[in-house]
Amino acid sequence: MTDIVLSTKGLSMRFGGLTAVSDLNISIGKNEIVGLIGPNGAGKTTAFNVITGMYRPSAGQVFYRDKDITGSKPHVITEKGIARTFQNIRLFRSMTVLENVLVGCNLSISSGLFSATLNLPAYRKKEAAAREFAMALLDKVGLTEAAGKEATSLPYGQQRRLEIVRALATHPALLLLDEPAAGMNPQESLELMAFIHTLRDEFDLTIFLIEHHMQVVMGVCDHMYVLDYGITIAHGDPASIQKDPKVIEAYLGVDDAGNK
Amino acid sequence: MKMNKNQLYTVVALCAILLFIVIADNCFDAFTLRVFNLCAIYIILALSLNLLNGFTGLFSLGHAGFMAVGAYVCALLTMPPELKEMNYFLTPIVPILKNITLPFFPSLLIAGLASALVGLLIGAPVLRLKDDYLAIATLGFSEIIRVLITNAQPITNGAQGLKGLPRFSTTYTVWAVAGVVVLFMVLLMRSSYGRAMKAVRDDDLAAEAMGINVFKVKVTSFTVSSFWAGIGGALLGHMITTIDPKMFTFSLTYNIVLIVVLGGVGSITGSVLAAILVTVLMEALRFLDEPMNFLFIHTGGLPGLRMVVFSVLLMIVVIFRQKGIMGGKELSWASVAAFRERHSRKGRPQ
Ligand SMILES: Nc1ncnc2c1ncn2[C@@H]1O[C@H](COP(=O)(O)OP(=O)(O)OP(=O)(O)O)[C@@H](O)[C@H]1O
Ligand SMILES: [Mg+2]
Repeated sequence: MTDIVLSTKGLSMRFGGLTAVSDLNISIGKNEIVGLIGPNGAGKTTAFNVITGMYRPSAGQVFYRDKDITGSKPHVITEKGIARTFQNIRLFRSMTVLENVLVGCNLSISSGLFSATLNLPAYRKKEAAAREFAMALLDKVGLTEAAGKEATSLPYGQQRRLEIVRALATHPALLLLDEPAAGMNPQESLELMAFIHTLRDEFDLTIFLIEHHMQVVMGVCDHMYVLDYGITIAHGDPASIQKDPKVIEAYLGVDDAGNK
Repeated sequence: MKMNKNQLYTVVALCAILLFIVIADNCFDAFTLRVFNLCAIYIILALSLNLLNGFTGLFSLGHAGFMAVGAYVCALLTMPPELKEMNYFLTPIVPILKNITLPFFPSLLIAGLASALVGLLIGAPVLRLKDDYLAIATLGFSEIIRVLITNAQPITNGAQGLKGLPRFSTTYTVWAVAGVVVLFMVLLMRSSYGRAMKAVRDDDLAAEAMGINVFKVKVTSFTVSSFWAGIGGALLGHMITTIDPKMFTFSLTYNIVLIVVLGGVGSITGSVLAAILVTVLMEALRFLDEPMNFLFIHTGGLPGLRMVVFSVLLMIVVIFRQKGIMGGKELSWASVAAFRERHSRKGRPQ
């Protein structure tokens, strides 16, 4: 048995009368790449939001390395080692590409207000290290040239990659990716999945990723969970998910964009 | 050490500014010098508000309250006992305060710290609120501070205010402090703290997901802003030499908001330029409030006409150029060069 990085017990999230996530029980082992799939509105993003502390769950618990992190603040959860990206890209629009990544480095720079403002040696050392790390990360996604550009001026695909890199800058052990391949053509999607695979190896990561095109993640996931109307309708390795009649039914009549 | 061209320009520009300040101090008449020094104080105030409104994205309307705290604390610490006795003729001053007299600079620092403390205490509850509510809550708190000052007669001398404060805000003092604030802001915004503030402003959810303690960043920004507002208030008091609660109404906050919006939220150079522009215009347009004979039109003095002009200006900016003079950017040698390039090319045939 691998050791468990993330697990949830009976996790539910209700918005008024709507149950967006209901009784979610997941378990993700170290260095696994796990998929969370399901049609539009299935509750995938909500599950991420609850895990990362953006919402407090209506019921259930979230465990990170056996510690109960339910209801912790998002920044505390990030500090513990869980980083995420957003479905609708959320870059800092007034900042350059490099600055966006440096914000991700903030945790490792933490200094007093005075030592930071006065650029004292202790701070300067950390800042320099952060810049070097940020540039190295940008280099991995081929954004070195773009470091000084405004983040939101990048083409869409690069913005997605920048968001991943920004999340990596927080030194996570677990990375949550919300539809990283959204808006990409099949070829780009496959390249991205290969990239995610190499990231996992290089940064010793565990990855939990949302996707609503089943095909995209088939090749990269160790196992996956399928949500429909907030309910976990299936869990297993890609091959068995593909054959699962419940999954086929959930995806039946779903068009290419995942709309029912 | 070798300097590049831009550093050289900067040194030259700084020397020119310094020279101008010296000339101003020696040659300007009392009125002009006062307007000139008021510019420095408004630079301090505008930058401290811009830290909140512009760089952290917190719309606060409580600046006058923090200025009042700074002004009163500093005045009470610097006034000699005899002067206090003269001022407090209705209700005597509490004995402990009466005999404290400190030199100006320690008093100024304590005034800033007192204001920062009030900012911290107020910020902790109100910074949990969302934008619009924050503006209303800070406005309310600033009024509460004013009412407290009006009613705490044994401490503040109530509505009579304090008169005859020593004139400590000399030209060099106010401009030196303004210089320190400009430098502080530039350095702060370059640091990881500045980045965190901008991140919170751009997208607080994403900032939080990056491990930034958004609430703490907001409180820090609010406290630092209050500190400088307190310093600005104290300098203002020791320049006008009279303070009373009516000085610190919302219209004072309004003037500063006007400067920040006009200069461009999130631009240090914008705030500096707009502070000078507005302060000078404020005095230059003073004639508008007085009776006028304009050909056949005769006005009997319209107090407040000046503010109408400024309000219209503000509306024009908000409607046509929301980003203010500097458009959220900074003035730098590179941008000056780019500007000249654009304009010299226009004249030439392509
Ligand atoms: N903050 C909220 N308040 C109310 N309802 C919400 C909220 N967030 C999500 N929902 C609802 O919860 C359900 C699940 O939404 P969620 O965004 O988690 O779906 P999803 O699986 O990520 O879908 P998509 O593929 O479109 O991203 C939807 O019906 C949505 O309208
Ligand atoms: Mg979603």
